[in-house]
Amino acid sequence: MSPPETSGAPPRGRPLSPHMSIYRMSRYSLLSSISNRFAGLLLSLGLLLLLYWLISLAEGARAYAGAHAVLSSLPLKVIYALLALAFAYHLAAGVRHLVWDTGHGLSRQQSQRSARWVFAIALLIAAVLIWWALFSGAGAQ
Amino acid sequence: MSWRSALGRVEGHGSAKEGVSHWWVQRLTSVALIPLGCWFVIALLALPQLDYSTVAAWVRGGWTAPVLILFVIVGAWHSQLGVRVVVEDYVGDVGMKTLALALSSFAHIVLAAIGVFAVLRIALGSAA
Repeated sequence: MSPPETSGAPPRGRPLSPHMSIYRMSRYSLLSSISNRFAGLLLSLGLLLLLYWLISLAEGARAYAGAHAVLSSLPLKVIYALLALAFAYHLAAGVRHLVWDTGHGLSRQQSQRSARWVFAIALLIAAVLIWWALFSGAGAQ
Repeated sequence: MSWRSALGRVEGHGSAKEGVSHWWVQRLTSVALIPLGCWFVIALLALPQLDYSTVAAWVRGGWTAPVLILFVIVGAWHSQLGVRVVVEDYVGDVGMKTLALALSSFAHIVLAAIGVFAVLRIALGSAA
């Protein structure tokens, strides 16, 4: 017998938590949820890079030149691409969560559809950001 | 694993009445980070170069410094709330969990303080 396929939210009335012992997340909600957490953690690590950059900038031109060499190295550029992807995904998935918080889009079909939209929009935003960084502006150097 | 029911375990303890606060602040910071995050990423990509004089001039100019400070504070705050949820969900051992939560909180507060200080130092021009 497969677990009942409900979103856990009743059609009307007060919201209920899903019964955790019998609740089965769909593949989409599982994937979109764990991706959002992973993206968030990656951005938390990105915060460390931001801090390193700001501190070196505050230390003056010489310190910044040293940090700049590190921060513009190839491995870091790969990390920036990952951070762009994480930022785009966390942004799109975060907006999805905010919509959910208003009580909309909670049904199984809607959440599966929005999960796919979130992946598509995140990929699009990330592609634009990485393209921008590669072919114009500061990242091109 | 205890056979006591969930209700039996919490009865008499009352709620800590802090659950809503975490949820609410996470939402507030996430809403604030939509414009702040987009601003930061776009501003960074729009810089013609990333050498010292260009970036320092950017931080000193206009409203960059206060918005950057907001970004650092709200970003660190949101990050702390998010890391906390992950630790609470995936670290099983109570001692490790408490330690991880304490370390994460300290680290985030220190990061925010250093970040604000760094931006102020750049903007107010006390660095050479």
